[in-house]
Amino acid sequence: MIAIEHLTKSYRKFKALNDINLDFKRGQTISLLGPNGSGKTTLIKSILGLVVPEGGTIKINGSEIKTHWEYRSKIGYMPQIGRYPENMTIGQVIRMLKEIRKDCVSYDEELIEGFRIPDYQHKTMRSLSGGTRQKVSASLAFLFSPDIYILDEPTAGLDPLSSEMLKDKIAKERANGKLILITSHVLSDLDDITSHIVYLQDGKLMFYKTVGELKHSTGEEKLNKVIASIMKNNYLTEILTNENNH
Amino acid sequence: MKIIIKYVLLDLLRNKTILVYTFILAVLSVSLLSMDDNTSKGLLSLLNITLLFVPIISILFSTIYFFNSVEFIELLLAQPIRRKTMLLAEYAGIAFALSIAYLLGVGVPIFVMSYSTAAVTLIISGLFLTLIFTGLALLIFVLFKDKTKGIGAAIITSLFFAILFDGLLLSFIYSFSDYPIDKPLLGLISLNPIDLARILVLLQLDVAVMMGYSGALFKKFMGSATGSIYSVVCMLLWVAVPLMISMKVFKKKDL
Repeated sequence: MIAIEHLTKSYRKFKALNDINLDFKRGQTISLLGPNGSGKTTLIKSILGLVVPEGGTIKINGSEIKTHWEYRSKIGYMPQIGRYPENMTIGQVIRMLKEIRKDCVSYDEELIEGFRIPDYQHKTMRSLSGGTRQKVSASLAFLFSPDIYILDEPTAGLDPLSSEMLKDKIAKERANGKLILITSHVLSDLDDITSHIVYLQDGKLMFYKTVGELKHSTGEEKLNKVIASIMKNNYLTEILTNENNH
Repeated sequence: MKIIIKYVLLDLLRNKTILVYTFILAVLSVSLLSMDDNTSKGLLSLLNITLLFVPIISILFSTIYFFNSVEFIELLLAQPIRRKTMLLAEYAGIAFALSIAYLLGVGVPIFVMSYSTAAVTLIISGLFLTLIFTGLALLIFVLFKDKTKGIGAAIITSLFFAILFDGLLLSFIYSFSDYPIDKPLLGLISLNPIDLARILVLLQLDVAVMMGYSGALFKKFMGSATGSIYSVVCMLLWVAVPLMISMKVFKKKDL
């Protein structure tokens, strides 16, 4: 569904993305992991066309995204920081996006209902707490039932109940054959929903493997343990040398 | 595009800064126009206020608003919208809101209290300044990544056109006073939208003494009509060129 080839991006001398090759398919939930500044957000933004890459191609459903903008109707994006015009009410923001997306006739309002957004839709964006903004962002990402979901730190700031609701929704959409890309630092949140893990470091792709493979090779059950043991045991270098030997 | 303009306007018309701006302009206009029987004097004072306030408020407010909307712009760009359309719509929304503020604050009192051709030109030039400096703010927004640097650039730009430019012009006139510099001077004046606005209004007012060097030059070389058309064309360019450069830069901008 998303095919990335030789993607490269640098800010001045700093290489944010260095020759990334990835291939994401339907029905996968991919967790993008890596330390701060490893290029996760840049990768997401490249897919969304917010960042203009220097080299390489990104194809969505076989067609390159470079000059086209229509492809974005297939993507639901939940940003890390959801800031909206201060004096707009929640209702207005939702209505605006619906008006912009005239191509879409049926809305997926499950999250809007679940988060009980209609109860406080007259509040202005300025007066909202961080968690409520996250709820609005999440509802907007799912509103047009796109084929691809890109969620940047989706559970940060959400209360446990909402967080569970969002995770259930993610799992449900995945079962519907959607592709979901998530970045998060809360590994325990990703445990039940992830199928694949992409690990970035210093702009380089360290590995792209299924959770099962990783659990098997590290002998751990929990995702945070898996990742911790990978980071601790220099598993990365091991994998790399192994791959080079093949 | 209309949708985005509509919602940006909805947001801005409830913005406190815009409301205060409108209110202060209105108070100033009403008091200045009712102070003197001579409407010409009142208009001149209003002109000075327009030339001083409108550029700096427009550019500062718009720059801050643009930088505060970065996340919102990202969200909009994640929708199937052209970058160009989105940016133009944001610009149009802000420019429209500031223009409404100016029309309510200065336009309405003038029309009610002292309607004349000069008054109409004052309003037109005020609106032009709003459009121009909002456009410059947009240019600053696409050129800078950092909000603080952007606001700094906005302050410097407005001070440059409001104060520094005239100083440079004067030193130019002094140092080349032995040569026939009238025509190059005309060209130089076109480089400052605030001067253009001033001349546009002064050409309509019968106050040759107040026109200063540049105004006298305009009247001498072009007469009122040609001078007005020339300055309007220059101001139109001042609106269009920064906008076009912004679109071009924004095409490649990383958010």
